[in-house]
Amino acid sequence: MEHYNMNLNLKVWRQKNTKSKGEFKMYRVENISSEMSFLEMFDVLNEQLIHEGEEPVAFDHDCREGICGMCSMYINGKPHGPWQANTTCQLHMRAFKDGDTIVVEPWRANAFPVIKDLVVDRTSFDRIIQAGGYISVNTGNAVDGNALPINKDKADASFAAAMCIGCGACVAACKNSSAMLFLSAKVSHLALLPQGEPERHSRVINMVAQMDKEGFGSCTNTGACEATCPKEISISNIARLNQEYLVASLTAEK
Amino acid sequence: MLDAKIPSGPMDDKWTDYKGHCKLVNPANKRKLEVIIVGTGLAGASAAASLGEMGYKVKAFCFQDSPRRAHSIAAQGGINAAKNYQNDGDSVFRLFYDTIKGGDYRAREANVHRLAEVSANIIDQCVAQGVPFAREYGGLLSNRSFGGTQVQRTFYAAGQTGQQLLIGAYQALERQVALGNVTMYSRHEMLEVVKVDGKTTGIIARDLVSGKLERHFGHAVLLCTGGYGNVFYLSTNAMGSNVTAAWKAHKQGAAFANPCYTQIHPTCIPVSGDHQSKLTLMSESLRNDGRIWVPKKAGDPRKATDIPEEERDYYLERRYPAFGNLVPRDVASRAAKERCDAGYGVGTSKQAVYLDFAAAIERYGKIEVSKEGRTDVPKEEIIALGKEVVKEKYGNLFDMYEKITGENPYELPMRIYPAVHYTMGGLWVDYELQTTVKGLYSLGEANFSDHGANRLGASALMQGLADGYFVIPYTIGNYLADEIYNKPISTDHEAFAAAEKSVSDRLSTLMNIKGSQSVESFHKRLGKIMWEKCGMARNAQGLTEAISEIQALKKEFWSDVKIPGDISEFNPELDKAGRVADFIELGELMCKDALNRNESCGGHFREESQTEEGEALRHDDEYMYVAAWEYAGESNWNLHKEDLKYEVIKPSQRNYK
Repeated sequence: MEHYNMNLNLKVWRQKNTKSKGEFKMYRVENISSEMSFLEMFDVLNEQLIHEGEEPVAFDHDCREGICGMCSMYINGKPHGPWQANTTCQLHMRAFKDGDTIVVEPWRANAFPVIKDLVVDRTSFDRIIQAGGYISVNTGNAVDGNALPINKDKADASFAAAMCIGCGACVAACKNSSAMLFLSAKVSHLALLPQGEPERHSRVINMVAQMDKEGFGSCTNTGACEATCPKEISISNIARLNQEYLVASLTAEK
Repeated sequence: MLDAKIPSGPMDDKWTDYKGHCKLVNPANKRKLEVIIVGTGLAGASAAASLGEMGYKVKAFCFQDSPRRAHSIAAQGGINAAKNYQNDGDSVFRLFYDTIKGGDYRAREANVHRLAEVSANIIDQCVAQGVPFAREYGGLLSNRSFGGTQVQRTFYAAGQTGQQLLIGAYQALERQVALGNVTMYSRHEMLEVVKVDGKTTGIIARDLVSGKLERHFGHAVLLCTGGYGNVFYLSTNAMGSNVTAAWKAHKQGAAFANPCYTQIHPTCIPVSGDHQSKLTLMSESLRNDGRIWVPKKAGDPRKATDIPEEERDYYLERRYPAFGNLVPRDVASRAAKERCDAGYGVGTSKQAVYLDFAAAIERYGKIEVSKEGRTDVPKEEIIALGKEVVKEKYGNLFDMYEKITGENPYELPMRIYPAVHYTMGGLWVDYELQTTVKGLYSLGEANFSDHGANRLGASALMQGLADGYFVIPYTIGNYLADEIYNKPISTDHEAFAAAEKSVSDRLSTLMNIKGSQSVESFHKRLGKIMWEKCGMARNAQGLTEAISEIQALKKEFWSDVKIPGDISEFNPELDKAGRVADFIELGELMCKDALNRNESCGGHFREESQTEEGEALRHDDEYMYVAAWEYAGESNWNLHKEDLKYEVIKPSQRNYK
């Protein structure tokens, strides 16, 4: 792999706090190696700002290996940037070339208010899980793990949905700011397993109600969420969610 | 000072007897007892969920935006349990034995035995929660093997086992939040332990969004705050992983045990340059199928694929024929370092070795072909089929490797090098997981208890969940049963006021330094000292130098660090400054501990103490103890020794040949 260095112009969203009005600011970074990760390039920018006496750009990040779901930058009009099936932290600078201007914004959604600069509040996702994204089993109540064989294909499909990292890119990508892909991933994960069966109906009804309450938009089947998802969560989960919701609504006991 | 409170009686009965006799708290009283849990990884989330279910009033804290982000999520390979589903001779005793041996006879037998006993319950609990473990076509759970063992006892969910287990615990935690039993404080950092009359009564936490300090009362405080590998700056830990909560506890009287025991993981993606902010692990599970090698000729300039089979040195298979590529992590790491130091390293930095899947791909391809009963299949087709199998097993890891390095590991061998991964040391705890401060507990990686001088793969997840789901729910009752007579202490109490003031003073001091160097630059310098002098190989001279260098660095930090922004706002630089300041102090203690322990054991390798073949050499006569350090003022510690007595297993020189 050939490596190269580049100089870049960065157009970055700056916003002091939730209440203040934000604006774009231009910065220049030089001698950026193509081997750096995108966040390492931001580390360079922040070190530069600290030395110049300016406040560094606040951004969320933690594991930097694509699994914690904390990083969340909207890069050149795409959540997590130009690569497919990727998080911001795993985006590397070889995706860019010398002289590029890169526009970086926070996730934009009513249910994700900006805390500062590129940092947003995603606790609405936690509240959706609180509404029913679990199996009600207390510690110590479990039977032997092999007492309940589970069809491998179903277990695999459940796992594929459970891979969601809760980053919120699906919401940021959606023109309606819908959280349907996130929600459907959790509903699918649990509905596909026999352990999830007893609460199957109440779960989907309560989680959808919470999602609406948080101010996420409706789904219009555009598919931007699936195209953006770093873990390639399939939009077929939304179809399953709709089916689960319909069945649950029709069979709900008043 | 140190009373491990190990129950008497035969090893097999200790835990059962303990559970049968420990004090209980009745449900009406549990509602009146408040427990604070700091950290929401596997240990913290599972403890918060379990204690909430039991009826305690729980407050849980994490510095991330959600408890689901804790770094347990990044664990890839799997979780061990003595289920013997594979009928390959596994048992509680085998898991106990492997863990003690893997830890190089520096762990406490009674704790490890309990860990092995509850391991099977963890799998059952996680399955019941809907954790989608890998399964066989018959619908039953699948297993794979890991380093340092000869049975298949590792349960997994592709390369994302930690993620799936954490989400299971997170969901259980959020259920308790919904039920009102747990109050969650995310984006909060614990900055002090509050004590009244020597007993823990709460914490001072900082709301990282508003910058405000908060006082929280608890009848007990559980620190589940993970390890301190980031003291090395570069490690596989998350950027936010830190020692701060544990360090504050230490300065309030909790002894810190075996700080020098650091696990350097053999298979990580090598450093590519000075800009590097963290290192990425490639799961140990890859050593099931990957073969590790370097060229036989030092400095061989050829591409890996151009080097013929007979000119490759599969050094682990050569040196350790019985375990081959599956030797424990410490052994594999040192062997890689030895080859690179001798000039056989590969890649541009020459600080890397190959992890090669070509043989596995061919082997799996042949199995696929034979399943179909076909013969005369062209090699390309065999390879293509084999790649599919490898993709199913390790696809996400291969993708991650390619994203970071830009190289395709299906075609070229991976380049790997050891990196700091886990810390076996931590807060000293007794059998009940209580530190040397009453009412202050430590669970998971944050404590020192179960892994001795080296942790076996797939045992971290096991320990975190064992502590949270199955140990603390019993042991905390034994303490809290007496607390029912004590009313909650008001947060207006002078102890809270004094603790808050000391935190607030320290934050102001940091902000007012207004120096010229960034927090990051100090952290990098600390990491360099630690890696070079307290890393994979240590010696008395280097450690002595490191201690004075760290003391000088500390002075420079407190007089020249530059922190932009304000105290009373979202200020990640200030958060980081506090953590780096604590890492600097910890670094000194680690070097002191490493200097004191003039033997090689597990992850701690003293160059002065090795066999003629370069293997680690223990000195059981002198060092068969836990080194528990009591804080005694700046750069000053008192050493307390907990002697390790082996009742069941006879310590021997580890041999993986």
